[in-house]
Amino acid sequence: MLSKRIIPCLDVREGRTTKGIKFKDNVDIGDPVDMARFYYEEGADEIVFYDITASHEKRNIMIEVVRRVAEIIFIPFSVGGGIRTVNDMRSVLLAGAEKVSVNSAAVKDPEIISKGAEAFGSQCIVLGMDVKYVGKKYSIPSGYEIVINGGRIYTGIDALKWAIRAQELGAGEICLNSIDADGTQKGYELNLTSLIAENVLIPVIASGGAGKPKHLSDVLTKGKADAALIASMVHYGTYSVSEIKSFLDYCGVKVRKKW
Amino acid sequence: MIAIIDYDAGNLASVARAVSYVGFKAIITNDKFLIKKADRIIFPGVGAAGSAMDSLKRLGLDKIILDVFKRGKPVLGICLGTQIIMGKSEENDTQCLKIVNGNVQAFPAGIRSENNCRLKIPHMGWNGIKIIKNHPVFSGVGNDDEFYFVHGFYPDPVNKEDILATTDYGITFASVIGFKNIIATQFHLEKSGKSGLTMLKNFCEWEPC
Repeated sequence: MLSKRIIPCLDVREGRTTKGIKFKDNVDIGDPVDMARFYYEEGADEIVFYDITASHEKRNIMIEVVRRVAEIIFIPFSVGGGIRTVNDMRSVLLAGAEKVSVNSAAVKDPEIISKGAEAFGSQCIVLGMDVKYVGKKYSIPSGYEIVINGGRIYTGIDALKWAIRAQELGAGEICLNSIDADGTQKGYELNLTSLIAENVLIPVIASGGAGKPKHLSDVLTKGKADAALIASMVHYGTYSVSEIKSFLDYCGVKVRKKW
Repeated sequence: MIAIIDYDAGNLASVARAVSYVGFKAIITNDKFLIKKADRIIFPGVGAAGSAMDSLKRLGLDKIILDVFKRGKPVLGICLGTQIIMGKSEENDTQCLKIVNGNVQAFPAGIRSENNCRLKIPHMGWNGIKIIKNHPVFSGVGNDDEFYFVHGFYPDPVNKEDILATTDYGITFASVIGFKNIIATQFHLEKSGKSGLTMLKNFCEWEPC
């Protein structure tokens, strides 16, 4: 039986890890390569890097980070943020990432999903979705809307419809981020997560809102997620990945226990 | 020197990095001479069986792999490489290398877990193994180790003594195969943390009798 995956997420800006709340107030919290190594040693099942470098010219810094990470950790990791073309995907994958994630670029041009899947295989392509609850209405039947540019732009796209479409286009996995829950540390958006997870056939990684181990056990059971993204709760040393896994194991959630 | 067979099938650099991490020298190559000269070969791969076999034939590597195998050098298959050593693959209805007797099947649609949950295909993520036949490649590895899988098809050896370990995912399939001087894993050793690195190192040190 598959284990549920615990995935630390590192926001990287110009080669340094930062952590912000609701996409604002980013503070430097360390070297992404050291942090990735630390989480690898602690039993992380996968690592997500999100490049939030604003300037396009400085994007090569991230490729260098990917290259260094690939030399010292031997679990899958993905890179997202600023991926706009198949060539962007190729450079990240060649540098050693197992997967790439596309978010805003896919909203603007959904074909990037199918082109990426064709070139590298679906298992490489993760669709990142930033979602806000807006209430059920005619144009947004699920009540959840896709937002882009860090939650600043509403797209008018229903999150559930988008998830199903992305799956049809060849996305291999969905990383589902609730903008409402992100940074609050009050728990994942369980309704949103189960809604998407029950209606697609590809794995769903829950993101946004993790503050304590109980939040992970909730999202991996009631929320039907296949994996859970964590950030602040481990970045500041409040919990360790191994502590979280022990708790999940105690709750009866299947996790990888030897590393 | 270890040769990692380059046949346009996925990211081979991660395999090379893992080999060098465990202390051995590897080159990624499609040069027939270098492959023949190598002490052992690794045959990885990501993608579809059909195009992989096409590439192997185009590069003339199908015969070289068979030749290296027949000369008794240690061969390691990983993921698609493991499927390609079998007889025939259901994926693109492909005739493979026929080193190990048996075919490659697709996971049946509608498979369910023990607690009746619908299982997603491809089988992707960390899963355990059950070692059913001892082999030096398992030194330091046990049934509590987990490995990283990404696949929609699985090898099904005819001779059950070729199966070294199995994995459960709706069905029970062969996740590690051992036949003469070949070892083949359906999972990605190079992405399976220390458990994978341990097996990789064991392979690099293995001297088949």
